[in-house]
Amino acid sequence: MTLTRRELLRSSMAGAAGLVIAFHVPKAAMAAAPKPAAPPLPTPNAFVRIGTDDSVTVLLSHSEMGQGIWTGLAMLIAEELECDWSKVRSEHAPAAPVYAHAVFGIQMTGGSSTTWSEFDRYRNVGAMAKDMLVRAAAARWKVAPGSCKVANGIVSHGKDQASFGQLTEAAAKLTPPKTVTLKDPKDWKIIGTPTRRIDSPEKITGRATFGMDIQFAGLRTAVVARPPAFGGKLVKFDGAAALKVPGVEQVVPTANGVAVIAKHFWAAKLGRDALVVEWAAPEGGGVDTTKLLAGFRETAKKPGMTVKEKGKIDDGLAAAKTRLEAVYEVPYLAHAPMEPLNCTVKIGDGTCEIWTGTQFQTGDQGAAARILGIAPDKVTIHTPFLGGGFGRRANPASDFVAEAVIVAKAAGVPVKVVWTREDDMRGGYYRPAYVHRIQTGLDDKGKPVAWDHVVVGQSIIAGTPFEPMMVKHGIDGTSVEGLAESPYLEGTGAMRVSLHSPKTPVTVLWWRSVGNTHTAFAMEGMIDEVAHAAGQDPLAYRMELLKDKPRHAALLKMAADKASWSTPPAPGRARGLAIHESFGSIVAQVAEVSVEHGEIRVHQVTCAVDCGTVVNPMGIEAQIQGSIAFGLSAALHGKLTLVDGRVEQSNFHDYQVLRMYEMPKVSVHIMASKAKMGGIGEPATAPIAPAIANAVFALTKQRLRTLPLRLA
Amino acid sequence: MKLDINGSVREVDATPDMPLLWVLRDVLGFTGTKFGCGMAQCGACTVHLDGQPVRACVTPVSTIGTRKVRTIEGLSSDGAHPVQRAWVEADVVQCGYCQSGQIMTTVALLAAKPDPTDAEIDAALSGNICRCGTYVRIREAVHLAAKLSRGGAK
Repeated sequence: MTLTRRELLRSSMAGAAGLVIAFHVPKAAMAAAPKPAAPPLPTPNAFVRIGTDDSVTVLLSHSEMGQGIWTGLAMLIAEELECDWSKVRSEHAPAAPVYAHAVFGIQMTGGSSTTWSEFDRYRNVGAMAKDMLVRAAAARWKVAPGSCKVANGIVSHGKDQASFGQLTEAAAKLTPPKTVTLKDPKDWKIIGTPTRRIDSPEKITGRATFGMDIQFAGLRTAVVARPPAFGGKLVKFDGAAALKVPGVEQVVPTANGVAVIAKHFWAAKLGRDALVVEWAAPEGGGVDTTKLLAGFRETAKKPGMTVKEKGKIDDGLAAAKTRLEAVYEVPYLAHAPMEPLNCTVKIGDGTCEIWTGTQFQTGDQGAAARILGIAPDKVTIHTPFLGGGFGRRANPASDFVAEAVIVAKAAGVPVKVVWTREDDMRGGYYRPAYVHRIQTGLDDKGKPVAWDHVVVGQSIIAGTPFEPMMVKHGIDGTSVEGLAESPYLEGTGAMRVSLHSPKTPVTVLWWRSVGNTHTAFAMEGMIDEVAHAAGQDPLAYRMELLKDKPRHAALLKMAADKASWSTPPAPGRARGLAIHESFGSIVAQVAEVSVEHGEIRVHQVTCAVDCGTVVNPMGIEAQIQGSIAFGLSAALHGKLTLVDGRVEQSNFHDYQVLRMYEMPKVSVHIMASKAKMGGIGEPATAPIAPAIANAVFALTKQRLRTLPLRLA
Repeated sequence: MKLDINGSVREVDATPDMPLLWVLRDVLGFTGTKFGCGMAQCGACTVHLDGQPVRACVTPVSTIGTRKVRTIEGLSSDGAHPVQRAWVEADVVQCGYCQSGQIMTTVALLAAKPDPTDAEIDAALSGNICRCGTYVRIREAVHLAAKLSRGGAK
């Protein structure tokens, strides 16, 4: 049976709509929203299981893709449960409504939100489970629950002792408490303590199972031929030669491609190589990034849809003593997680099982259900470890899942669709290319009194089920995040931020730290330009602009002090800085660079972070190191180019990412903070490119406004 | 053909051009060795042939002959190898997908250079990509593994 085009269109949009509350919550809206009544306590059994062997198994409502929640969420439960930490294990929860994101309303991982959004729920679960274990013990000893003590997985009363494992069966028969009292933060023993990851033993022995590693009897591997150009269409294909490859069993069409199904990957790949496929070129010739960006630059000369406006921008610019204008640009980027995309599907009688490294269980479950014409709860989603996600595995279009379901349905056997690196890199859903044009006017003291900021780039939300919630008055908030609310512009009399959201056939998506990847680059670069135009030290200039923002100012000072900003670096080196707030956290970075053989070398990055309450300092340090590496790849290397709708790059030889020899020393400094907890997986990604560009300017007087950074 | 993998000889049914990576993963079920790029660019598939690190994704199985193949599964059954212990101690892993390759490259490095400098570590490991950016801790862990291998630390 084949699907009609209409069914496919519907299926590609399937999933989240209707369940979604709000994914991207603008900061202002968050602040304005009425505080909801305390949600009901969770069902503890859904989140923690205590075995008769004393094991404590934590079920994760979010996906572990490197960010360390396997350990972090377990720490939250363990803090309240008072269990033996060495007995704690984590596993991914199945896809089910009970695991919906506490704020966003669907089961998903993204927006650097796991820890803050689960902080109460997982602690409550730990406290509830402890309460039930204590009541079970008290009943056994016929004493008051309040007179029992709990430590390290043991409940005791006088000489009586029982382990959690000895109590778990009795405790399971009790009614969960209606209220619990969480510990006072001063009594925390686990939260705030540097804690090693509990997934290391699996990941250093090769035992950890990723989606790519799923194997079972009868499972076949598929490799899919997809249109070589965005907007291209399958015309016809001949699978005869592919079917002659030893190991190849079937050749079936997909929505807009051809799948070769074989006994193993190698045969499937050789089979695809042998396919004869005719593709129709995209109408109008396809995207050419050189022309596209030239067009964006033209578009940026006129204001777009107004995001924020105050004062009269034209008057402000006209009255300014000094005027500056600059254009900042960033290219398309692939996420390129180390594990190429893959998805395993086994279709039963009215049921479906899926194994895939996904950040988007609810959407993927819905997509599969629509394609198969079954209810979502008949689709079981198994989430193995994710070999990196960075946003690529959270796709509202469920591209890699929907396709695998279509292939398995057509093939009539369980199938694992494996993407090659080339497929992954050319498969779309990129960080979109953006152009920013900024005009600013300074007063006689060099302070900005007028700021006109035009942003041009594709919306990642338009056309997804999230559009009604996340695009307001035509403005995709992710395109301009960090600009309209920039603390630098609070004192600026006349300012306007406006947005053009041109459409192209190139598919786009969130990429670690999302819009901040370009907004921080443009804003921090321009502020640095303004500081130099004013003849002031870049640190002192920023401190003056941030004087009414104590968190920002203190953090910037911390980073500068730790980097010895006031002491000149070694000869041949220079420092640059940047500070940016995103995902509820603020990050300040100082980069120290040199130029060797005409190339930028980054020697040291000093990073200060204020993310509010700290759960695992060791995890925060790792996320900052990793975010800096991810941002460095974009700052120094990342660039996808298209000609005739085809991506020119294909693998790590022509889409370079950061390698070991390029990794600077990184020092991480966590600000003691009572602020509301923010995210940590993404916020340190965005400041590194401007910090480096600003350092390069200090060293060479070349102002680099295009990523990746290239010296003239 | 016969292959000596992690000390035991196995009979393998594969075409001669099939890369060792896919023989290991799809024919024999050794999934600890990872597919990342298929063209010797990322190092995720690093295994040892007679102790030398090679990229299994571009090594046709017919070229192996009697050389001994060692994979991450052959390093230790329980993570007791000094390099693995160092990886835990330094809390290296994030997503973990590249780490089998990072560890296998490190084991070979330390066999050749028991006390490598940062520059030697960078040179040996720059063929192994990590997108999570664990490089800082890998450097620490390699130094620590060197100490543990010499019995010089806890």
